[in-house]
Amino acid sequence: MKNMKTLAVTAAVAGLSIVLAACGSSDDSSTSSDSGSSSSAMDVTCVDGSIQAAGSSAQANAITEWVTAYQIACPESTIDYQPVGSGAGVESFVSGQVSFAGTDAAVVEEDMAAAVERCEGNDALNIPMVGGAIAVAYNLEGVDNLVLSPEAIAGIFASEITSWNDPAIAATNSGVSLPDATIAQFHRSDSSGTTANFSAYLATVAPDIWAYDTGKEWTAPGGQGAKGSDQVTASVEQTPNSIGYVELSYVMDAINAKAASVDQGAGPVEPTAQNASNALSAAEIVGEGNDLVLSIDYGTTAEGAYPITLVTYEVGCTGGLAEDQNPELVKAFLDFAASDDGQGMLENIGYVPITGELLDKVRTSVDALQ
Amino acid sequence: MSAPVHEPQLHPGITSERSVRPGDRNFRFLTTGAGITVLIVLAAIAAFLIWKSIPALQNNTGSLLTNQQWLPDADPPSWGISVLIFGTLWTSILAMIIAVPIGIGTALFIAFYAPRRLSKGLGFIVDLLAAVPSIIFGLWGLYNFMPYLVPFAEWLSTYLGWIPIFTNNVDLYTKSILIAGVVLALMILPTVSAISREVFLQVPRSHIEASLALGATRWEMIRMSVFPFSRPGMISAAMLGLGRALGETIAVALILSAVFEINWKLTEPGGNSIAANIALKWGEAGDNGRSALIATGLVLFFITLVVNMTARWVVNRRKDFSGAN
Repeated sequence: MKNMKTLAVTAAVAGLSIVLAACGSSDDSSTSSDSGSSSSAMDVTCVDGSIQAAGSSAQANAITEWVTAYQIACPESTIDYQPVGSGAGVESFVSGQVSFAGTDAAVVEEDMAAAVERCEGNDALNIPMVGGAIAVAYNLEGVDNLVLSPEAIAGIFASEITSWNDPAIAATNSGVSLPDATIAQFHRSDSSGTTANFSAYLATVAPDIWAYDTGKEWTAPGGQGAKGSDQVTASVEQTPNSIGYVELSYVMDAINAKAASVDQGAGPVEPTAQNASNALSAAEIVGEGNDLVLSIDYGTTAEGAYPITLVTYEVGCTGGLAEDQNPELVKAFLDFAASDDGQGMLENIGYVPITGELLDKVRTSVDALQ
Repeated sequence: MSAPVHEPQLHPGITSERSVRPGDRNFRFLTTGAGITVLIVLAAIAAFLIWKSIPALQNNTGSLLTNQQWLPDADPPSWGISVLIFGTLWTSILAMIIAVPIGIGTALFIAFYAPRRLSKGLGFIVDLLAAVPSIIFGLWGLYNFMPYLVPFAEWLSTYLGWIPIFTNNVDLYTKSILIAGVVLALMILPTVSAISREVFLQVPRSHIEASLALGATRWEMIRMSVFPFSRPGMISAAMLGLGRALGETIAVALILSAVFEINWKLTEPGGNSIAANIALKWGEAGDNGRSALIATGLVLFFITLVVNMTARWVVNRRKDFSGAN
């Protein structure tokens, strides 16, 4: 948290210097001098004007953070991101109402064709910008480091494993005394992308056990529904012998709930932003060229890779964007989001930053936007 | 102001008996307007609900009435309303069973038993309860009240488990219909109680005094003078409470486990309701999902309409025998 404050202050200072610089020049765009100060100033290219964007609410907090930082650095710019949901966001992008869209699921096939049409024949790109991780939160007195195999997780959430001392749980927790207590399992009662990602993970790693829908609705029998990640977390914290799945940040803030490590056969991996980042870096790119559609390897056994991850994309045009939709600002803003400063902000607010080679590719894709 | 004015009214105090005074005419105009506005709004809501629900109703591949699934955004869409209707009615009926006797009892106590000073304060407090926002009831019910109800639910299933509705096969007692019903009962209690109290206070003094003078006990007086006179009002009070229970959204959405399964068992986690389902699913719903949710809203609209019309019918039928005229 201390880092955040320092960053905010440097951002404000950097912003101020840019304002002063901008006052001197008659250009409508200016670049901050980042050559002299390597770490104190942010790498921001300012483009005046305003853009509209819409889409996924899962990445809304990340975008808000970036917009705030960008607008402090560039007071003449306005970025308005409406978290209307992925589907509605892509729809308004395709119909030309917004300059770029945020989406939980990559735009492919028919939607991609519509997006290319919207970009007047130029390519539309999916750019992974915000990663996330889903933690299995539990509340079990006397157990501090619960380790679960994918089969155990699937069994618990399919209500096939109903007691904490089930052999499937004991197998990965040797030396831990597990109580003979009924598992109180919590899931989301509202429609949620978290449910979609979590059940997609279960369907991939434990297809024999998880025979249920992988959409936004929870369709498995048993367990208890709670509204939103906050209520799932609160329910787990309040209920002894309980378990639930939430975004990583919620369990990091929880007092009475801990996050289980996942053992996919290569030893237990803790759910941390770093470990989730490792898994995302290893994701296969299934898109072509600069279109970075990722296929996350849920079954990964790579060292230190936490498998239950998700990624959200920004969708933009490589050309054909009307001048009043300010393609330069789209590029400058996403450029900032993909910068070390931009990605560095994510971990503190519970997201998972994009790192390594993948981040280089993301930057190349942002450069291709027009 | 559409009717022509024949002569300027220089002396407003002196008017011929036949001409309508402008004040009366304007007021009639305003009240008629208000009445028509309500009807227009109601018709507009109905039209909106029907119009918006048509797409989802047309492409639903499951049976609307028996399908126990909610996948309107799947391909092909499959959803049904039986679970929602069942849950809405089941929680509301439970709430009524608890709230109506207690509410009427409270009202009787305030109107006839409590010392005058106490009764004023009590009435005020009951009215205050009606002003508590439902999200507060929901959060309080979930975090503060539920832990106290769980042992009661366990007791019910242990000792009365032979009655099917109290059976509990999952050994979990939280987020159940029972808890939602009790919280709903607390929410509609002030409505039932406040209206009943007002009705009881309308009972002519002479009826009460007459029965007391004939040697009736207080209970006999209430049974013979108060209840016959106030029966329509008590039914109205109960129906208004039921209306609130049927439409209650956020408290139910927070408390219930919200599953898509018809389950009579009161103490097991589960249940659902039309309004709660809309609150839970709207945010992430696609076009067809929203259309389906609006269709369920239409169903709730009709349920409420039927409930209100039944209440009206009961009230009108009883009026002749009540002695209230």
